[in-house]
Amino acid sequence: MSNAPESDAAALQDRNAAPVLEVEDLRTWFDTRDGVVKAVEGLSFDLRPGEILGVVGESGCGKSITSLSIMQLVPTPPGRYASGAIRFNGRDLLKLSPDEMRRIRGNEISMIFQDPMSSLNPVLTVGDQLTEAIILHQGLGYKGAMTRAREMLDLVHIPEPEARLREYPHQLSGGMRQRVMIAMALSCNPSVLIADEPTTALDVTIQAQILALMEEIRDKLQTAIILITHDLGVVAEMADRVLVMYAGRKVEEANVIDLFERPQHPYTRGLMRSVPRVTGGEASAVERLSEIPGIVPALNNLPKGCVFADRCAFVTDRCRREYPPLVDRGERHLAACWESENLPEWTA
Amino acid sequence: MFAYVVRRLLATIPIMALVAVFVFMLLHMSPGDPAVVIAGDFASVAQVEEIRTQLGLNDPLHVQFLNWAAGLFRGDLGTSIYSGLPVSRLIGQRIEPTFMLTLTTMIIAITLAIPLGVIAAWKVGTWIDRAVMTVAVLGFSLPVFVLGYALILGGSVRLGWFPVQGYTSIFTSFPGFLRHITLPALTLGLVYMALIARMTRATMLEVLNEDYVRTAYAKGLPTRKVLIKHALKNAMVPISTTIGLGLALLIGGVVVTESVFAIPGLGRLTVDAVLRTDYPVIQGVILVFSLTYVLLNLLIDLTYVLFDPRIRY
Amino acid sequence: MTDRSHDRLQDPPLSARLTENAVAMADALRRNPTMLFGLVVLTVMALLAFGAPYFGLPEPMRQSPIDRLQDPSAAHWFGTDMYGRDLLSRVLHGGQISLVVGLSVAAMATSVGLVIGLVAGFNRRVDAIVMRFMDALMSIPSILLAIALVALWGSSVQNVIIALTIPEVPRVVRLVRSVVLMLRDQTFVQAAIACGTSTTRILFRHIMPNTIPPLIVQATYICAQAVIFEAYLSFVGAGTPPEIPSWGNIMAEGRMFFFQNFGIIMYPGIFLAITVFAINTFGDGLRDSLDPRMKRRI
Repeated sequence: MSNAPESDAAALQDRNAAPVLEVEDLRTWFDTRDGVVKAVEGLSFDLRPGEILGVVGESGCGKSITSLSIMQLVPTPPGRYASGAIRFNGRDLLKLSPDEMRRIRGNEISMIFQDPMSSLNPVLTVGDQLTEAIILHQGLGYKGAMTRAREMLDLVHIPEPEARLREYPHQLSGGMRQRVMIAMALSCNPSVLIADEPTTALDVTIQAQILALMEEIRDKLQTAIILITHDLGVVAEMADRVLVMYAGRKVEEANVIDLFERPQHPYTRGLMRSVPRVTGGEASAVERLSEIPGIVPALNNLPKGCVFADRCAFVTDRCRREYPPLVDRGERHLAACWESENLPEWTA
Repeated sequence: MFAYVVRRLLATIPIMALVAVFVFMLLHMSPGDPAVVIAGDFASVAQVEEIRTQLGLNDPLHVQFLNWAAGLFRGDLGTSIYSGLPVSRLIGQRIEPTFMLTLTTMIIAITLAIPLGVIAAWKVGTWIDRAVMTVAVLGFSLPVFVLGYALILGGSVRLGWFPVQGYTSIFTSFPGFLRHITLPALTLGLVYMALIARMTRATMLEVLNEDYVRTAYAKGLPTRKVLIKHALKNAMVPISTTIGLGLALLIGGVVVTESVFAIPGLGRLTVDAVLRTDYPVIQGVILVFSLTYVLLNLLIDLTYVLFDPRIRY
Repeated sequence: MTDRSHDRLQDPPLSARLTENAVAMADALRRNPTMLFGLVVLTVMALLAFGAPYFGLPEPMRQSPIDRLQDPSAAHWFGTDMYGRDLLSRVLHGGQISLVVGLSVAAMATSVGLVIGLVAGFNRRVDAIVMRFMDALMSIPSILLAIALVALWGSSVQNVIIALTIPEVPRVVRLVRSVVLMLRDQTFVQAAIACGTSTTRILFRHIMPNTIPPLIVQATYICAQAVIFEAYLSFVGAGTPPEIPSWGNIMAEGRMFFFQNFGIIMYPGIFLAITVFAINTFGDGLRDSLDPRMKRRI
């Protein structure tokens, strides 16, 4: 897994193509009784057509709030977008009216969620739920929407789509439900698909199938995908670029090969070390896992300096004083760490 | 489904049998001699003896019960001590106003309460939510008859929009029926409305936190559609349970409301029977109300299939 | 074994639990102004009702035919009823009966229900029989049952209390039983059983304390309901005897005269509504703070 993923044609992105989505200095804050919780703090990234961007980090690091911010599904209040811009094909989503945003949701940007068991409405048929967005956004009648729904189920390799359309979610297996979710998300040909932990709740074998399906769809439809996960294996497998988040901030971003070859942030290194690696066939080759000591700091009371300082083995006085800026370490490999250059050689 | 209905109906038989035993025992749970209680303070020994014979109180208890139960199977609920008429006939004469009042109340209350509860849940924490919930708690707190007399005073006496009291059958005159039924139905409906609105809000709040609601929003559906199609349909099972259980409150309220508005229904029959300690009538009314209550709740259980496909009978 | 699992095996002692609940209640009062409002209103009502004999008001039963059906005046703030009795005095005194009935019914229904529920929840055989009875009892609309009982037993405050208690018991039993059933299979109870703790001890030490918070909440609702139902019983002539003023029978007497003096119904009605509203608000606040899981119920 520490090896670079096999490069495929799609991974070779044209970096010059105009980005379909640009997030710039996004701040999503929550006003709570215990103060302002800065769930996303000064986040910037962009996404090009057909690109798969992996977003990794521990739970509570702001990954999901980032995706909900793009969809503008953050409940406001208590949430608010304190600053920044989310430009989709040049239009700032944060400046759109609720109605304009509604026309984008599920149409040009769509989203699939972690738990396919609970993300589908138990009391409506699969057909009902699939056609809903199609009728709404594509202006098709019920019949036309049904035909389209059938095609979508075909696309995600669901056998006997005709019968499935009349069934309820509880009659489908977990993998099937996630396929339905994907079909639903893709039914209006979105240019961006946000997948929030799409395989976490699934069996390992099903996981691989769903990931393969997502890659296939990217290749077929050139959909750009934001893949949110805590699983570095999934990232190595799928992503073109990777964004590492910690305590609401981007701490490192690089293309996937570069990131795994020379991680520049101690947090990224910690994440990689906490993944089991089987280097040989023998039992002795299984290394001892290391965990990152400590926990993610409370987001309403962040330290002044580097947010990772308290858990970092390489911490200096400067780290505690000043927050490190994101610096390009070559080949658009960004890292926010004062000590990047002094880190020991990375041995995968 | 059919098998389930039959099974459920059969399951209500032991419950109804127990209810019958309770109702029968009511008479014998009195501290003194039931015949004396029924005859009243000024009755002569001969009158007490007559009542004793009429009610068969000289027989052993189990014989009394068997005779009474056998009567029930023939539809014989006993004979009124006061009027000497069969209780079943008295009930038959009075059932229409009560049925119509209850039905109207339910229709008004449900059509108002569910939207109010949905809006309160949607606007949770805002003044709209607080207003709806305050009115709901007030609805629980106001005795039916206080509201009833206030409405008579305002709507009938001051404004003259409605007749003060009385009842017109829907079969006699529909406008007359409406004019007579409006105030009683509003009076009776407030508690019931409060109950349903609160339950709707509570259930909707829970449902609105579900992942599938987020999915629905992520599809770009307008709020109205998310609330009604996605959320409310999921909330309907607990709401209909409350509609069923709340009928008990409604039945209690009917007794009082009919007295306030002088509606000649089962409630009035009950109150009159209480004042005259006409026990066979009281027993008969309780049995009829309980049976209706149990059967209506069974009916509501069956409607769950409409709302939730996971429920299979 | 880690500390956490130890906690789960040995639930905290009763005293700690009660303190915890008391602290939760105090905390809730501070955070929840409507709950505080409820408590304050209730206290004021109780002071007015039980302090009534000392306010120098006319005797609630003193008739004065010349003064009958008067409008409010300086001498009679709420006016007078059809026998010329002072309404203010009657309404304040009437609060005693209503409050006593409400509190007694709540206390009796919860304690009887608690015992039956604990036993039913822990003994399957008892459970099967008891719950059938409870189901049957619950199929009789409570007001009707209470009316029938008082009609037969005769009007007295005790009879009203008992008649209102009986229909509430099954609901309490259900609540307690559901808590017991939920706890019975949990680690700390299983551990206690495994250690050979006696059933009584398990019931009273380990299970009963957990039923208290939802029971207190339920008790407030029963209390509110009983205050209203007392009025209903009096209204249909099967309640508190007419010689004792209660909000219910003041209103019941006033209905023949509501054209002439609506105050006879309105004043006790307002007092009753405020009291019940306060109890309900207090109960809602308690529910939200003591037992968040119960939020979904009403």
